[in-house]
Amino acid sequence: MTTTALAITERRPGLLGWLSDQFWRHPGMFVLLLLTPPLLWLGIVYIGSLLALLFQSFFAIDEFSGIVDYSTLTLKSYAELLRPANLDIIVRTVVMSALVTLASAVIAFPIAYMAARYVRGKWKALFYLGIMLPLWSSYLVKIYAWKLILAKEGILTWVFESLHIGFVLDGILAIPVIGGNSLSVSYIGTFLVFVYVWMPFMILPIQASLERVPVNLIDASSDLGATPQQTFRKVIFPLALPGIIAGSIFTFSLTLGDYIIPQIIGSSRLFIGQAVYAQQGTAGNIPLAAAFTVVPIVIMGLYLWMAKRQGAFDAL
Amino acid sequence: MRSDGPKASLGLKISAAAGLIFMIAPLLLIFVYAFTTEEKSYQWPPPGLTLKWFEVTLNRPDVWQALTLSLQVAAISTAIALVLGTLCAAAVSQSDFFGRETISLLVILPIALPGIITGIALRSAFSIAEIPFSFWTIVLGHATFCVVVVYNNAVARFRRTSKSLIEASMDLGADGFQTFRYVILPNIGTALLAGGMLAFALSFDEVIVTTFTAGQQQTLPLWMLEELIRPRQRPVTNVVAMIVVLVTTIPILAAFYLTRDGDQIAGSGK
Amino acid sequence: MTAAVSLQGVSRHFGIIKAMDEVNLEIASGEFFAMLGPSGSGKTTCLRVIAGFEQPTHGHIEIFGENATGVPPYRRNVNTVFQDYALFPHLNVLDNVAYSLMLKKAPRAERHKAAEAALDMVKLAGYGTRRPSELSGGQRQRVALARALVNRPKVLLLDEPLGALDLKLRESMQEELKSLQKALGITFIFVTHDQGEALSMADRVAVFSGGRVMQVGTPEEIYSKPNSRFVADFVGSSNILNPDQVSTLTGERRWGSLRSEAVRLAPEAGSALAGTVTTKNYLGATTRLGIDIGGGSIHALVPSGQELPDIGARTGVAFERSALHLMETEQ
Repeated sequence: MTTTALAITERRPGLLGWLSDQFWRHPGMFVLLLLTPPLLWLGIVYIGSLLALLFQSFFAIDEFSGIVDYSTLTLKSYAELLRPANLDIIVRTVVMSALVTLASAVIAFPIAYMAARYVRGKWKALFYLGIMLPLWSSYLVKIYAWKLILAKEGILTWVFESLHIGFVLDGILAIPVIGGNSLSVSYIGTFLVFVYVWMPFMILPIQASLERVPVNLIDASSDLGATPQQTFRKVIFPLALPGIIAGSIFTFSLTLGDYIIPQIIGSSRLFIGQAVYAQQGTAGNIPLAAAFTVVPIVIMGLYLWMAKRQGAFDAL
Repeated sequence: MRSDGPKASLGLKISAAAGLIFMIAPLLLIFVYAFTTEEKSYQWPPPGLTLKWFEVTLNRPDVWQALTLSLQVAAISTAIALVLGTLCAAAVSQSDFFGRETISLLVILPIALPGIITGIALRSAFSIAEIPFSFWTIVLGHATFCVVVVYNNAVARFRRTSKSLIEASMDLGADGFQTFRYVILPNIGTALLAGGMLAFALSFDEVIVTTFTAGQQQTLPLWMLEELIRPRQRPVTNVVAMIVVLVTTIPILAAFYLTRDGDQIAGSGK
Repeated sequence: MTAAVSLQGVSRHFGIIKAMDEVNLEIASGEFFAMLGPSGSGKTTCLRVIAGFEQPTHGHIEIFGENATGVPPYRRNVNTVFQDYALFPHLNVLDNVAYSLMLKKAPRAERHKAAEAALDMVKLAGYGTRRPSELSGGQRQRVALARALVNRPKVLLLDEPLGALDLKLRESMQEELKSLQKALGITFIFVTHDQGEALSMADRVAVFSGGRVMQVGTPEEIYSKPNSRFVADFVGSSNILNPDQVSTLTGERRWGSLRSEAVRLAPEAGSALAGTVTTKNYLGATTRLGIDIGGGSIHALVPSGQELPDIGARTGVAFERSALHLMETEQ
């Protein structure tokens, strides 16, 4: 064993030794130094960009020259949002987001419930990968897969024909508004793809909240004479609700801002994302595009505020 | 689906199984279409199977260019996200400073807001600052939303690494840098690796923000988007789609194996 | 002779909370020193200030006469055994113990030899290749001890060293720590909330409360001559007499303390203090009686076997005048 005579040893020579001593003496400075790069990046580049965008919504485009007039602040772009055509877009998007969220919850719940309560060991890992792989696999490939499925000559039509129930499909397509020439150009198609792409985001939060429900709570409920339906309605569902709300934050927000899915699968009627894209791109109306982006921000703000009051953030 | 505890009811089993099939089957379909002989439509069942399109795809310079660009962007964005995310996680977990909630929110925001908002905000900022589109504008966008994945993984691990480990190391004579090298890094290494893998997968696949931050250059997802809107050679798209599925699967499986003992589950915060 | 550790007017404030307030302490070289107090009393903060994990808001620290104010922990030749042991989970036992030698760039063979010797010292020879997670709590603590001692520090700090161990292990570990300290001649400073542990192990004890040092002294002094009501109360088994009661006995208006085992039962007539028996606990060799004397109760430890009054009966209380200790402070 080595013996050291000194109670206090010398600093390690060089810059690192000096820096290390300084960091120890000034821990606040050290934390600040750690935070500087990410804060510069996220706080200045990202938040700066967001604020700049928001700022632009308070200008308006000159209707004759088509050039943005940066000399006067105005709410004209917001007024334009209220025009029937634009209001239509907003309502359509919000309704679609709500429906997608609802459907996602219905499909996700049994998977999450099974994963949380019944599968164990090796099955649990498999279940988990079965959820994670679709969640993480390529967004565009998922859309592409559905383009293949929904195409007129695709697998879905084939399935219906093989079962000799092609008329059912034709009947569905004949429904006004939600039907269309083929599934890939109908609202039904858009809806299906939205659900497919965003539903996996619903599973993990629900599973997390269900895993926190003590098993004996469910046993207690059935001990007290509740039927499985009653146990579900009165015990399991209320306890899983924060998870459902947390998951719905994803499905709702992601549907609200998506512009690629309705562009590839769906009718020609626009969603908010497409309107933003069109306004900033071909129309060159940045202020209106900016005003449009404020809509999902406000809706999500309200949504998050309500979710927070329901305690959904603990399930995230 | 075997269970040790209570038995699941048949209805639950069926609906869970149906849900999983709904999630997985469309992806498997991609693998079949990569071998189809049909060129002009999405005909099912495929009239025949062939390997020809793999060869054709391999000889397409535009596919190779897009793939190379995507890999480069993903690699550099991941590197930046690793640095920024780890710094943020370290700062947040090392001390109880005022405003740490705000920092967490700030990190999560780029992924919580719809991608189109991030995209258009960056684009308008580039135009205000008169920054021309380039490789680096794409990286800037990607790194911004990749930070959160690294951050989530690192924060969870930092939380598990007790503060007294760091103190013990310093007590035994290691200065800050030695402690980082000999104690902190070995303890958070796998979490960072997992976070990096997921960040890579996220960047490799991203399209919504990229449409706004890329100029003339095409990443692989942009190439695919172009093919989806204006199909040129469908069989090539089929093959590329399959390759993309495979490329993103590898880092996800790796991240899963790196974090499966304990921790929160990697990737749940996509 | 220079003190091993000297704190001069050291305070540590966290915002408005004064975790340490004007603490002065001199700990002699080679001493086995205990810092005793309830949780939140500042004893752990004091230990952390000596180790260098906390920096004093005011005041001055010296270690063996050398200024340690503003010196980071890694430059102090002071090592710590942590309450949660803080073994590195990614290293095996041998590498944990050899960690500080690795930092000093000692050759591999040499540091492994030293680590083996340290493990041998704590009776864990042959455990070097295990992972910390494969050890029991007691074994982990021995590894932490070996790791902290392998470098022969000038001062060893122990944070609640026996807190997590079960009773039997705790007793044997007390013995071991004492003999280890004797053999090595290193100054040991340990933090505990258990007065029995502090009194039985330490050469000297500092009692902490509210961030201040209430009293420093040998276990004997702390036990029989507490200087304040707090110390008398916390160290326990002393009766506290209020100034009124003390003045009827001595004429002095001071707070007094009286050890329970010095209290005898006497006939009520002729006793200065008398009261009603309220509790009676049989403890084996002794029985503990609670006697309500009006304005407070007195406990008496009476050897078992003698005849005892029933609960509710009246009895007188007697003791030697020298057993009554008058306290200096008002608290």
